[in-house]
Amino acid sequence: MSPRPGFVLEVDRSTPPTLFWHGEGFRLERLPEGSRVIYPPEPLPALDDPDAAIAHALEHPFGDSAPLSALLFPGMRLTIAFDDVSLPLPPMRAPDVRGRVIEAVLDAAAAAGVDDVVLIAALALHRRMTDDELRHALGQRVFDAFAPNGLLVQHDAEDPDNIARLGETEEGELVALNRRAAESDLLVYVNINLVAMDGGHKSVATGLASYDSIKHHHNVRTMQHSRSFMDRHHSALHTSNWRMGHLVAEHVKIFQIETTLNTDTFPSSFGFLQRREWEWTLRDRVGFEATRSALERTPARLARQIFHSVRAPHALASIQAGEVEAVHEETLANVHRQQLVEVHGQTDVVTMGLPYISPYNVNSIMNPILVACLGLGYLFNLYRGKPVVREGGVAILSHPTPWAFHPVHHPSYIDFFEQVLADTTDPIEVEKRYEEQYARDPWYIHLYRTSNAYHGVHPFYMWYWCAHALDHLGQVIVVGGDRAAVRRLGFKPATTLADALEMAEDVVGRSPTITHLHTPPLFLADVR
Amino acid sequence: MIEAALAGKRIAVTGATGFLGTALVERLLRCVPDCEVVVLVRPGRRATAAERTAREILRNDCFDRLRAELGDQFGAVTARRLTAIAGDVGTDGLGLDDDGRALLASCDVVVHSAATVSFDAPLDAAVEVNLLGPSRVAATLLELASLRPAGTPLPHLVAVSTAYVQSGYHGDAAEQAVVDSTYLVLPDWRGEVDAARRARADAETDSRQPARLADLAKAARRELGAAGRALLAERTERLRREWVDDHLVELGRARAQALGWPDAYAYTKSLGEAALAETRGALPTTIVRPSIVESALAEPRPGWIRGFRMAEPVIISYARGLLEQFPGVPEGVVDVIPVDLVVAALIAVAASGAPVVDPDAAPPVYQVASGVRNPFRYGTLVALCEEWFTAHPLYDSRGEPIAVPTWSFPGRGKVQGELRRAARVLGLVERLVATLPVRGEAAERVAGVEERRQLAERALGYVELYGAYTETEARFRIDRTLELFAGLDEGDRDRFGFDPGVIDWEQYLTEIHLPSVVEHARVRTSPGRRTGASREERARRAILASEPRVAVFDLEQTIVNSNVVESYAWLATRHLQPIRRAQLAAGLLFEGPRLLAVDRRDRGDFLRSFYRRYEGAPVERVRDDAEELFSDLLLVRSFPGAIQRIRAHRALGHKTLLITGALDFVVAPLAPLFDEVVCARLGERDGRFTGEMVETPPTGEARALLMERWAARHGQTLASTVAYADSTSDLPMLEAAGFPVAVNPEAKLSAIARRRGWSIELWGRAPGGPRQLLSVATRPLGPRTAPPGRLGRWTADTGRLGSPR
Repeated sequence: MSPRPGFVLEVDRSTPPTLFWHGEGFRLERLPEGSRVIYPPEPLPALDDPDAAIAHALEHPFGDSAPLSALLFPGMRLTIAFDDVSLPLPPMRAPDVRGRVIEAVLDAAAAAGVDDVVLIAALALHRRMTDDELRHALGQRVFDAFAPNGLLVQHDAEDPDNIARLGETEEGELVALNRRAAESDLLVYVNINLVAMDGGHKSVATGLASYDSIKHHHNVRTMQHSRSFMDRHHSALHTSNWRMGHLVAEHVKIFQIETTLNTDTFPSSFGFLQRREWEWTLRDRVGFEATRSALERTPARLARQIFHSVRAPHALASIQAGEVEAVHEETLANVHRQQLVEVHGQTDVVTMGLPYISPYNVNSIMNPILVACLGLGYLFNLYRGKPVVREGGVAILSHPTPWAFHPVHHPSYIDFFEQVLADTTDPIEVEKRYEEQYARDPWYIHLYRTSNAYHGVHPFYMWYWCAHALDHLGQVIVVGGDRAAVRRLGFKPATTLADALEMAEDVVGRSPTITHLHTPPLFLADVR
Repeated sequence: MIEAALAGKRIAVTGATGFLGTALVERLLRCVPDCEVVVLVRPGRRATAAERTAREILRNDCFDRLRAELGDQFGAVTARRLTAIAGDVGTDGLGLDDDGRALLASCDVVVHSAATVSFDAPLDAAVEVNLLGPSRVAATLLELASLRPAGTPLPHLVAVSTAYVQSGYHGDAAEQAVVDSTYLVLPDWRGEVDAARRARADAETDSRQPARLADLAKAARRELGAAGRALLAERTERLRREWVDDHLVELGRARAQALGWPDAYAYTKSLGEAALAETRGALPTTIVRPSIVESALAEPRPGWIRGFRMAEPVIISYARGLLEQFPGVPEGVVDVIPVDLVVAALIAVAASGAPVVDPDAAPPVYQVASGVRNPFRYGTLVALCEEWFTAHPLYDSRGEPIAVPTWSFPGRGKVQGELRRAARVLGLVERLVATLPVRGEAAERVAGVEERRQLAERALGYVELYGAYTETEARFRIDRTLELFAGLDEGDRDRFGFDPGVIDWEQYLTEIHLPSVVEHARVRTSPGRRTGASREERARRAILASEPRVAVFDLEQTIVNSNVVESYAWLATRHLQPIRRAQLAAGLLFEGPRLLAVDRRDRGDFLRSFYRRYEGAPVERVRDDAEELFSDLLLVRSFPGAIQRIRAHRALGHKTLLITGALDFVVAPLAPLFDEVVCARLGERDGRFTGEMVETPPTGEARALLMERWAARHGQTLASTVAYADSTSDLPMLEAAGFPVAVNPEAKLSAIARRRGWSIELWGRAPGGPRQLLSVATRPLGPRTAPPGRLGRWTADTGRLGSPR
């Protein structure tokens, strides 16, 4: 039976309560009759033989590119860059697709007699990965072969000696890349295209760049001109990356390998998370009740640990390799095949249940800034055409939003929350008054380079990610969140969804239309 | 006519810096225009008698009225009419120089109002001033008689005593000399003087006994912890001196009560009168005995008061809700007399001329009291206070009005017993919780217990000291005083009124005295939160000022919630199998209390012995591991607030210094936060640690010295130095710094910081951050465990590690 496509349900009297994610937990909410619930498409079937598919992709490139084997020659400098810990979500079960692909690339390199190979985690300004995380992403064999000899490195955007300035785009954007990658004979990039934003020129132009380069597209102006940044052809973020990509391509040969995963996001014990409520089996019901009652008795820290140990059964749904742009078009088609849901018309109020994880708190803590970013940055932008919610509408997020921070991973977030957001929540003001200071702060740079900290500027990007939504929305309400933290974000706290809907009526008027995003698993709303 | 009688007269006043003395000098200068005033003032350590006169007498708000009346002439008039001479009634001959002797010899009237008015002064101090003072003045005046022009009569000595010399009376206490009283037990005053002086010597000897000194040293350590030798010695010596004084206070009270007086004040004043009567010889002498002197009824202005004296602390404590009960007889009389009435009486006595000296009779006595003529019932007083403070409440720190308690007038014994029990229980609780290893907010709560114990003790002190005065049943007669008043002409009666009959007590209390007391007490009298910055915020602003500063930080519990033992445990377990990890961690846990005890005793010894454990550890591996230790232990356990503060200092251009007993490789990743790091360093031999420190970090006083030198190196003094530390072992450093900050203080430091008004910062770990029970390495080992050599070759045929081709 082929998987069913995404689906928009209209709530009526017989609809059972709808599942909302709520951090490390869930809520069952009864939505008003007439509300819409957008369900993601069911997971596409996994590729039968992933290794064969990988091998096939490497030898049958898209676009103007020779097969990988033809690009390899003895004595060459080969650099393999790969997406970092922020992808996929949740981390996938071993073997991780990156490890599989890289093993195939290494096999080909070995066969061609390539001696000089370096692996680079394309961190951009993300935190350094731990050995554990690297080992998981690459597999034990690759890790053990490269790490002890210093041939597995993590991109350091603040290492002046290892950043090469390639020049400026026609728009005056500086392109500065990891020196090893820029000076290689071949740069192979191994990506995971979890959402439509990922991949393409963004992989190299962002993942291996310096702050001075990244700041040209990671800013409020680009974000406000990306409708949305999940739609590469209507995204200023991507347009800038593409300009940079063209410049990079003049300097270094890139062989781009992009993969898409199916949306098999949660293990079978959490099967109820992937099924539509009226189709819950007895096992789903029991599973849900057992999970919920267990979570009620579990301390927050332990619950967090449990959830962060969840590994997704994600399966490889497609792989394509070759020239960046041709590959990416194919990749986007594959992402859309899995994630696109047709939605007719906008809504007054959009509701979202936010889960425990976002790209920037893998094995970490979802701090309030990341809560905002997940809701208003990621989920809000998961649209094509126009946002699910109308201009001036209301977004209702459900998340406990604790005033909690990871001291190692998010040191500048703590200060951003206490200093910057206490002063202003307007992205433009935030950028104008504080970005430079945080981005150049030697202590944050020290922590980014030597510890496992996100770059000092990273919380700003999280806030800019919300800029389009903050512009577009009339109000943001957080259900069940820490009141002080929610207020600090500039949002309104509400105790229950019913209260939040009442509050929303003050903004959008009586009897509003309501749409719930039943995610994750992820989908991309194609709003007509 | 008083003015006429005193015209051209030279009047000397002792005790002019006191409440009564100041009022007297002012009144003489303002209302008796043609007299001269000579004040006998004890030179201070840094101020001459003239300087003290200018600062402590003329600048008092008592003179505001005169200053306004005289305008520009104030300086000239006071310079002409007021002369200060250096002298001390506590020494024989009054410690006068020749000029002083000449000037005093030329005086026509001498008002002796110098006294130790504190009811709980040490016995010998009270004896020297109160008992011997009047006869010393008399002896000096007799001795100076030779300097007077022949034929001029001896000066008139007006000695101020207290009505309470007769407080033991039930019923009428007449204006009679103490020596004439049939009810007073007057021992030989010379014997009492000798005994008091001996008691001081004995107490000094006793306080130096080994057992006593050991007790005092223990008390000092209990209070300060391991604060270093110098501070503990200083505190021990202070405690010894306090012990001697306390002992003499107790002796004084016991002696007084044994003889029937409520306290050493009344007792020494009584014997002082007796000594004066015996030694005055041919000197015309008058004794004036006021009762409880309180704020002015009208002169120089209603409510004028100097000092925070007898009833005031009790009234304020009551208004702050701290005195649940106070003893007293509601129908009894509290004998209060406004200061201006006493001053007027003194001037009238002086103006009435010297009495005829009768060697067989005691000097005449004038009592200035209100109890007989215009009684003010204690019950009425309390009711009026309750009513007034209910209508005009004080406000607590949160801006909430404080409700005053309603007293039910239990017996003194009952109140004392309850308070004593409360103080004892709170003291026990305090000592018990002080041994708990708590810090931060918990320590603040412990400090709260101490505060409550101190309040209970203070309340007890008030009850013990002043309880007797609310239960006095003596009725101080003022017949002679009223007779003097009746003899005045109408103008004098207007200008120098001292008939207590004119006082409307309700009006006096509610419109004059209480507002004045509240104003002097500097308490909150308006509701609502304080506008503007709180004390803490102001302190913070001063610390983070843009002026140059140096900031010195301790590490453990100040910046990170960790210690050298945990760092060691983490590093030692880094390469162990899980089971051995658990064993090592358990071993350290087991050793914990012993390690803690050594650490508390002497930080240096502890570090020296603990670091032996690093002996034989491979240097390179430990240094590599330490980088991970930084993320895995130190940062996880860091206080973001502390790091923000360090960064704030640096942003302001302040210099920052870290002083810690931790090892160099442990703190190395923190180095970017500091201009300099002073830490421990281990010796190395053949790539392994020797376990011996080659650089020992300073502890105790040495830290303070280092801080001073370091500040000097950056062109700063201690005054512009900020010191951050968490325990009393850093007390020398905190005391030396201009801006001491107690960070997450342990109980002892918390108490000390509160007492001294130091900044306290409670910095916690990142909210919601990860917590580990044990500080052992839990991450799986990284790449460094792989065998060395170039193994990074990938071969297609095996898909595994291969050897180089």
